[in-house]
Amino acid sequence: MLELNGITKSYGGRRVLDDVGFTVAPGRLTGFVGGNGAGKTTTMRIILGVLAKDAGTVTLDGAPVTAADRRRFGYMPEERGLYPKMKVLEHIVYLARLHGFSKSDATTRATALLEELGLGERLGDDVETLSLGNQQRAQIAAALVHDPQVLILDEPFSGLDPLAVDVVAGVLQGRAAQGTAVLFSSHQLDVVERLCDDLVIIAGGTIRAAGSRDDLRAAHSTRRFELVSAGDAGWLREEPGITVLEFDGGYALFDADSDDTVQTVLRRAVAAGDVASFAPRHPSLAQIFKEVIQ
Amino acid sequence: MNTAPSFASSTWLVAEREIGSKLRSKAFLISTGILFLITLAGVLWAGFAAQSDTRIPVAVTGETAQIIAPLDSAVDATEVGSAEAARDLVREGEVDAAIIPGGEGGFDFTVVGDDAVPSSLLSALSVSPPVELLQPDGDGDDGLMRYFVSLAFGVVFLMAAATFGSTIAQSVVEEKATRVVELLISAVPTRALLAGKVVGNTVLAMGQIIGLAAVAVVGLTVTGQTELLAGLGAPLVWFAVFFLFGFVLLASLFAAAAAMVSRQEDIGSTTTPLTFLVMAPYFLVIFFNDNPTVMTIMSYVPFSAPVGMPVRVFFGDAQWWEPIVSLVILLITCVAAIWVGAKIYENSILRMGARVRLKEALSA
Repeated sequence: MLELNGITKSYGGRRVLDDVGFTVAPGRLTGFVGGNGAGKTTTMRIILGVLAKDAGTVTLDGAPVTAADRRRFGYMPEERGLYPKMKVLEHIVYLARLHGFSKSDATTRATALLEELGLGERLGDDVETLSLGNQQRAQIAAALVHDPQVLILDEPFSGLDPLAVDVVAGVLQGRAAQGTAVLFSSHQLDVVERLCDDLVIIAGGTIRAAGSRDDLRAAHSTRRFELVSAGDAGWLREEPGITVLEFDGGYALFDADSDDTVQTVLRRAVAAGDVASFAPRHPSLAQIFKEVIQ
Repeated sequence: MNTAPSFASSTWLVAEREIGSKLRSKAFLISTGILFLITLAGVLWAGFAAQSDTRIPVAVTGETAQIIAPLDSAVDATEVGSAEAARDLVREGEVDAAIIPGGEGGFDFTVVGDDAVPSSLLSALSVSPPVELLQPDGDGDDGLMRYFVSLAFGVVFLMAAATFGSTIAQSVVEEKATRVVELLISAVPTRALLAGKVVGNTVLAMGQIIGLAAVAVVGLTVTGQTELLAGLGAPLVWFAVFFLFGFVLLASLFAAAAAMVSRQEDIGSTTTPLTFLVMAPYFLVIFFNDNPTVMTIMSYVPFSAPVGMPVRVFFGDAQWWEPIVSLVILLITCVAAIWVGAKIYENSILRMGARVRLKEALSA
């Protein structure tokens, strides 16, 4: 379990991180979302130790993260960078060896990983000859090749086409399933929503919300329901404690003032005719995001 | 399973990549090849020039042969049957002059020339009064040799130090500009990264120097310039040793200077002072190679010692202990430079954007 507590960072008197704290659990994908300049990259760089913090702690399983622990971290920096004139395979092998793998182990791992990421055909090409999307995949390989215990990925999906997003998402889910703690930032809220188990929302250098995706949704859900029935649902408008938001024949979207009201409505709907669907409407991540950063 | 590699093995991995990427650069291989060829050509040319026959071709007869016998080193004699045959050789241009029997004014021979007689032949045949020099200066034409040996050490130092100094600077900025440095530093200690770059480029620079020395030695041996070779042996070894530490010193400073900027275009703004330090010994040695005071100072100042001391050793101007003292000074400076360089490098390598000021780089 990676844990941040009370992280503070200022640049020339301007506080960019203020008492930032959250956890990244092993075996789970944690999405890190926030607007431009919210402090995501700064936070990630502090976790990796490439940037010094002013105050606060970063701990792994309760103990402060050491340089030796960080060897077991995988990192994808915000601004992509690999040696332009190195061959893809050779580059990933080099990074694996810096992390302590023998040459033959490093080669086996790098080859398998690059193939998994769909770069099997490009192993002998110079990094600079790859398309941006493929460089991105190579970058992800660079972060993963040493089987890190903790993965910190800054915008791993930016610049990828939808198919590549699926490939990378699959690889990350696979890693999480093996017990890796994964933290990734993204602007693509739909991807985050689909993929992650936990969420951390940051704005203006402070954490606005953190927790499991489902808890967050539940916490931000109003009692909003969707009814699809055979008959006319016009009767809903007269029901006490109900506010109808959208209405179209047998379809209605409404807010209820209490759980009891919801049950009453459901019983009445069943009595009125066949009910095709009656379900709570959860707010989307985009809605939650807008709400918490205000 | 991976275990954290030791500092030494991290350093060597970085050094290995540094060397590998340079050896794969065509521009580097071609320029090194050209440098070797120029050196070889220079040595061979000097060898043939020294060996070529500069003796004056002269025709003699049986009677006059013994007159020029003592002049064997200056005169290439061709003995012919008669005075007339000797004259014919002069006419045909086979020889520059002929010495035939019979003469006047106390001489029993006559020098025959076509339209002129080589004056060196005449002076060789002349009788000179005894000479006493109050200030004997053993080696008269030493000046030229001094110039060329100084120039050779100066050029080699300048080229190797400038080439590999700028290589290390570019490689540091490349890592910074492409942000690959963030990946590297999350894997290995910053100091291992710096050490690897310095070691890698030092290996390359030393390789080039040793290669050049080998080319020079082979060339000198092939052309039979064993006297020069024997004299060059010790200075070459001293040069290699001084260059090794002198380059480590420069490389640490180049890496530190480059770490302060974020783009290739800005390298010049922090490495220019170092470039002057690299060029200084070259110009000093060209202008002051015959000035003992300047040469002595040069041979002790760490940045110019790799050129100054071997030149002084070559001409026997240095006492046996002088190179050792100078080397100790160089070593101490080298350790200090590594320390300062590492500090600047560590404090600057992750700071993107505007140039990091020296004060900040040293204080943080």
